[in-house]
Amino acid sequence: MEVAFYIAAAIAIIATVLMLTGLNVVHALLYLIVSLLAVAVVFYVIGAPFVAALEVIIYAGAIMVLFVFVVMMLNLGEHAVSMEKAWLTPGIWIGPTVLAGLLLCEVAYVVAQGGGAHMGAGMVEPKQVGIVLFGPYVIGVELASMLLLAGLVGAYHLGARTTPRSEIRNARDTHTRWAAPRRDSVLPGTDRPARTP
Amino acid sequence: MTSPYPMFSILGMLFGALTIAAGLIWLERRLLALWQDRYGPNRVGPFGLLQVVADGVKIFMKEDWIPPFADKPVFILAPAIIMLTALLSFAVLPVAPGIIISDLNIGLLFVLALSSLGVYSVVLAGWSSNNKYALLGGMRAAAQMISYEVFMGLSLMGVVLQAGSFSLPAIVDAQRELWFVIPQFLGFVLFLIAGLAETRRTPFDLPEAESELVAGYHSEYSGMKFGMFFVGEYLGVTLISAMITVLFFGGWLGPILPPIVWFLLKTLFFISCFILVRASLPRPRFDRLMSWGWKVMLPLALANLIVTGALVLAWR
Repeated sequence: MEVAFYIAAAIAIIATVLMLTGLNVVHALLYLIVSLLAVAVVFYVIGAPFVAALEVIIYAGAIMVLFVFVVMMLNLGEHAVSMEKAWLTPGIWIGPTVLAGLLLCEVAYVVAQGGGAHMGAGMVEPKQVGIVLFGPYVIGVELASMLLLAGLVGAYHLGARTTPRSEIRNARDTHTRWAAPRRDSVLPGTDRPARTP
Repeated sequence: MTSPYPMFSILGMLFGALTIAAGLIWLERRLLALWQDRYGPNRVGPFGLLQVVADGVKIFMKEDWIPPFADKPVFILAPAIIMLTALLSFAVLPVAPGIIISDLNIGLLFVLALSSLGVYSVVLAGWSSNNKYALLGGMRAAAQMISYEVFMGLSLMGVVLQAGSFSLPAIVDAQRELWFVIPQFLGFVLFLIAGLAETRRTPFDLPEAESELVAGYHSEYSGMKFGMFFVGEYLGVTLISAMITVLFFGGWLGPILPPIVWFLLKTLFFISCFILVRASLPRPRFDRLMSWGWKVMLPLALANLIVTGALVLAWR
């Protein structure tokens, strides 16, 4: 299992770096998806299968699909690749590199100290996750749900029609009436057969 | 690994799933012909059974053309994803007691995760083809599959609540007294509709609607790459039918006949239902499909989940 952990972790790091340096947006997104899948494998290996499944379902399967969807709609071509190339000059790497280097030093220090929790302390069952979420962490869950509700209301506001549906329909009906007058208004009475007793 | 010979069961499952998926092509053509008062393929071999072999040979011989304007790596990757995700899902499928490749304790979530990854195949195929019709098909697929996935997962949570586990063998065992289709009838109907949408079968085949989009997302595909989309679709149908059997119709449970026969019979019945649906229903308009998913199916799935939760809580 330890080998699987290191392989998955290495894939995650390499895929993330390729995602950052990639020029083609869709290819970069694919690397990000691979990175998320690798992280899911890491979760699974260290004994959190439920989190691993949710990582795949929510991040890789839903959020990233939306990203790909939006990028597809923008329909970026060769032009975007050359623009990206112009933006990604060596100079802009300095800031992130310094920050990431500091983090790396910190990780190296922690590892050298021999700290950190043991890997694979035991399997965390889905039931335990649920009990903890709705027990000690219930406030966090509630706050997250409020945040999502705010997002939902905001999306509804942005997506709402400014003109009510009925007005659009009225406008369309008026238009068709003017374009092609109804037969019964032109020739009243003639289209109805005489009623036989 | 629950079986004594893991390699044996993996090979058996792979061979079985692929054979059934290939056989389905013949079955679908014959059944559609039957319902449309025709004969269907009946020339090659007994009852036309070897038609699939003939088609397979033909499709392998065809030129495998990659359009020069396509995004080559993604274009090649896309058909592989659909086969991979469909075949991987069979790993957690319990065919009979003890006959399962891997009894994951999150089996059901594993299947849902793979079905949500399956979207990429269609979306990337549509994008990488660099063709307007393919792109439209891919975008429809993305919108449709995300919308229907949401309540697909929710419609199954009632079953999970009643069985108390995500593990598929445990869910089958929980149905010894009563199949879940009776207490979870609404969940079953919702899952059936979501399953049709996930496999992009008629009436949910908007991503490849021939009458408006040429062939949708696989317009540019030829040869065996197209064949992989084709077989992938039938693998999806087999998988969803098997899932319906396992989750709602007691899996391998049944009297007299051996368990594996019961499982196969039930699965075959639902596969035939899928084909009958294709033979009888027209395609809806795309915006209606979307609003139906979000405004009708999702609230129903949520209501089903809340009522089931309340009843399970009251029962204990």
